[in-house]
Amino acid sequence: MGNDTLYQKRKRPGEAFLMAAIYGAASIAVLLLLGIIGYVFFKGFRVLNPAFLTTVTSSLKGTVGIAGNLLNTLYIIAITLLIATPIGVGGAIYLNEYAKPGKLVNLIEFTTETLSGIPSVIFGLFGMVFFGNVLGLGYSLLNGSLTLTLMVLPLIVRNTQEALRTVPDSYRSGALGMGATKWYMIRTILLPSAKPGILTGVILAVGRIVGESAALLFTAGSARILPKLGTNLVENLSRIGGKILQPGGTLTIELYLQMQNGEYEVAFGIGCVLLVIVLLINLLLKVITGNARKYGKQ
Amino acid sequence: MTITGKNKNKAVVESVAQIIFTVCASFAILAVASITLYMILSGTPAIFKVGLKEILFGTVWKPTAAEPKFGILYVILTSVVGTMLAILIGVPVGILTAVFLAEVADKRIARIVKPAVELLAGIPSVIYGLLGIYLLNPLMYKLELKIFAGSTTHQFTGGANLLSAVLVLAIMILPTVINISETSIRAVPPSIKAASLALGASHIQTIFRSILPAAKSGIVTAIVLGVGRAIGEAMAITLVSGSSVNAPLPFNSVRFLTTAIVSEMGYSQGTHRQMLFTIGLVLFVFIMLINIALTKILKKGAAEDGE
Amino acid sequence: MKTRTNKVLALIGALTLTMGSLAGCGSEAGSSTASSSTASSSAAESSSAAASESAPAESSAAETETKLSGSIQMVGSTSMEKLANALAESFMEKYPDVTVTAEFVGSGAGIEAVTAGTADIGNSSRNLKDEEKANGAVENVVAIDGIAVCVDPANTVEGLTKEQLTNIYLGQITNWSEVGGADSPIIVVGREAGSGTRGAFEELLKIEDQCAYANELDSTGAVMAKVASTPGAIGYVSLDVVDDSVIALPLEGVEPAAENIKAGKYFLSRPFVMATKGEISAQNELVQAWFDFVLGDEGQEVASKVGLITVK
Repeated sequence: MGNDTLYQKRKRPGEAFLMAAIYGAASIAVLLLLGIIGYVFFKGFRVLNPAFLTTVTSSLKGTVGIAGNLLNTLYIIAITLLIATPIGVGGAIYLNEYAKPGKLVNLIEFTTETLSGIPSVIFGLFGMVFFGNVLGLGYSLLNGSLTLTLMVLPLIVRNTQEALRTVPDSYRSGALGMGATKWYMIRTILLPSAKPGILTGVILAVGRIVGESAALLFTAGSARILPKLGTNLVENLSRIGGKILQPGGTLTIELYLQMQNGEYEVAFGIGCVLLVIVLLINLLLKVITGNARKYGKQ
Repeated sequence: MTITGKNKNKAVVESVAQIIFTVCASFAILAVASITLYMILSGTPAIFKVGLKEILFGTVWKPTAAEPKFGILYVILTSVVGTMLAILIGVPVGILTAVFLAEVADKRIARIVKPAVELLAGIPSVIYGLLGIYLLNPLMYKLELKIFAGSTTHQFTGGANLLSAVLVLAIMILPTVINISETSIRAVPPSIKAASLALGASHIQTIFRSILPAAKSGIVTAIVLGVGRAIGEAMAITLVSGSSVNAPLPFNSVRFLTTAIVSEMGYSQGTHRQMLFTIGLVLFVFIMLINIALTKILKKGAAEDGE
Repeated sequence: MKTRTNKVLALIGALTLTMGSLAGCGSEAGSSTASSSTASSSAAESSSAAASESAPAESSAAETETKLSGSIQMVGSTSMEKLANALAESFMEKYPDVTVTAEFVGSGAGIEAVTAGTADIGNSSRNLKDEEKANGAVENVVAIDGIAVCVDPANTVEGLTKEQLTNIYLGQITNWSEVGGADSPIIVVGREAGSGTRGAFEELLKIEDQCAYANELDSTGAVMAKVASTPGAIGYVSLDVVDDSVIALPLEGVEPAAENIKAGKYFLSRPFVMATKGEISAQNELVQAWFDFVLGDEGQEVASKVGLITVK
């Protein structure tokens, strides 16, 4: 820091203070954040065992397990993405490839922005009233997924848009100039090149879904049972499919409920599982964006 | 679109594709419109029944009494004061940490800290709440016992108070603020820094006089997003804040707009339930104002950048 | 992308089909899990039809018992979580093809759900109100619960009188030394407005909506956890959830125990109700089997296992 100026340094007490503030704030923040990760991880790690991850909590036997919540989380992720990804990608294509600047585009961009800013409690209230009562879905995984679709839509739209923007215009004019239809160009040129961006949006959406609690408590509920499977294939399929109309709590909901009941050990166990999931999501993102950069250089 | 345009089928596919994409894009409008509509539909009946003045300026919340009272002034004030305090603590620490990571820190340290911050930006907010209950509340109770020892007027809360909730919120928004500010600081063109240093400004002067002003719009975004996240958070602070309706003083057990909805939704009925939706509507209005402010700021920022 | 859109369309179609067929199967099998509120009237019809059909078959219930299938949905009181989960678990053990789901959202919401037809059973930890009965909800008491007043394990107070308890909750007694304990502030913990436990507690003490709570928590477990971890705290919870982490105080010198509640000596007690829309006999086969089980020996044994007082 001393060689920033060529000349003899004037004494500036204010600067020393600011530097101290930077170091102080940073060390508080860094220690706090690293401490949180370490604390949750080590506190939760001790709770984890195969039974915790593969069984369902039993009031009769007094055992604790989160298998049902893991399954519910997967269900909600799958259904939400199944609905949100096509809509989000389609919307982004419209905004980037078809729309001309004007009121409609402004409105779409404003509402997308707004959607990402609405707190999850409001989504929860809306889901409870609209999907739950008006559409009659009650507390169900489907209701939770539909509600979350609204929440993650902006993430997918924005990331897809950004990815589409990085596709050079020469690709578009090249394809169109060779007589390809616009739709053909989008399908064969734009979407493949924008794939990493879309994936980024999808993975960020997964992160948001995994972390959500308030919106799901009012819409998907908190049940934690696994579907019972027999030997009859058709029946099994209908049970697996039918589960989407039943209530189910995700890992985060279960964490909240356990914490509310003072079962801190279990709560930290779930916290540790969630930490690992988020870590995996972040690594996946790094790999994808890293690859995208590599392709970009080629 | 095609040069020849002879294939009718293709033209149909083209227009169908365009229609589908337009519908997809309009989905956001539809969603916001129906959320707004339903929030208003479910939030206004109680206003007509109870009266807007009594709701917004009443301080007594006794929703189930024989003569129910639905005043949410303290709840609104708690959300405003709580969010402001959380921002006052979280934002300076966050920005200074971002400066540290982008400008001051050794690259090796930054390489360890950055992923940790990203990880924390992604973890469920309830985990912050869990730490708040498990670690912060007992500490706060000890402090409470010391400060109010012998007091007969103070209602003891066992550490579940505004201050605990504010700290949880401040820590919760920290990763978001750090992430966005750091990105915007790093996006400042190196030429600005070089010019400032070349003119003889010290590193600190360069940071505070040249780099931070240049990164202003990103930092403002970080602050607004932090405000949005803090005012909208519910589950992390329901238990940490004690959840009784009181004036927002540091050691009072308090209830936020969000926690008011979450904690009483389960058992409420009739006007009480409608009232919770009204609280939702108030929160919704707050958020819309923040969103509009954000778009204004971003547009202004873009305009300034364009100059 | 065209094929993708097709896939999406197909999926949506499949989804609707599954929903439709599920609703169909449900009513055929005698379950009344209403899949939509608009369909609730038709569901009610079909369930009553199923009930009338099943009436003559009742005598052979023993043989058909294991063939029961479908799902029962309960919604309601958080205080009944332990009982409802335990009952559901043992019921599903007996009838493996039946799914019993339980949501714990509150007594009022539970009764609302059962009268609206979106749930089969509404769990309520208080007696039904007249207006709720007027809407068609029928009160079926399945167990009796005592409300325990608990303090943290280090508290030295040996018991409270009704008056002392009342004054503590009114905020007139604020230190444990005033009721024979150590010199430490009392932290008054309670439930949120609308909770069945709070309603029952305040009603039994005649202090409705006058309490000075320092913490209003939204579940039974949360109150327990707070009291257990906070020196000087006092809270009220269902008797069945009390464990070693807290001390349940004797009131007026009477221990909160099943025999005392049955004998009418302990004044803080309330019924656990599983409300139905219409009498039990008017319910479908599945729900009838549920109540046979719950009110029978097996169900009552489960109830006493989770610390409740049986009704039989």
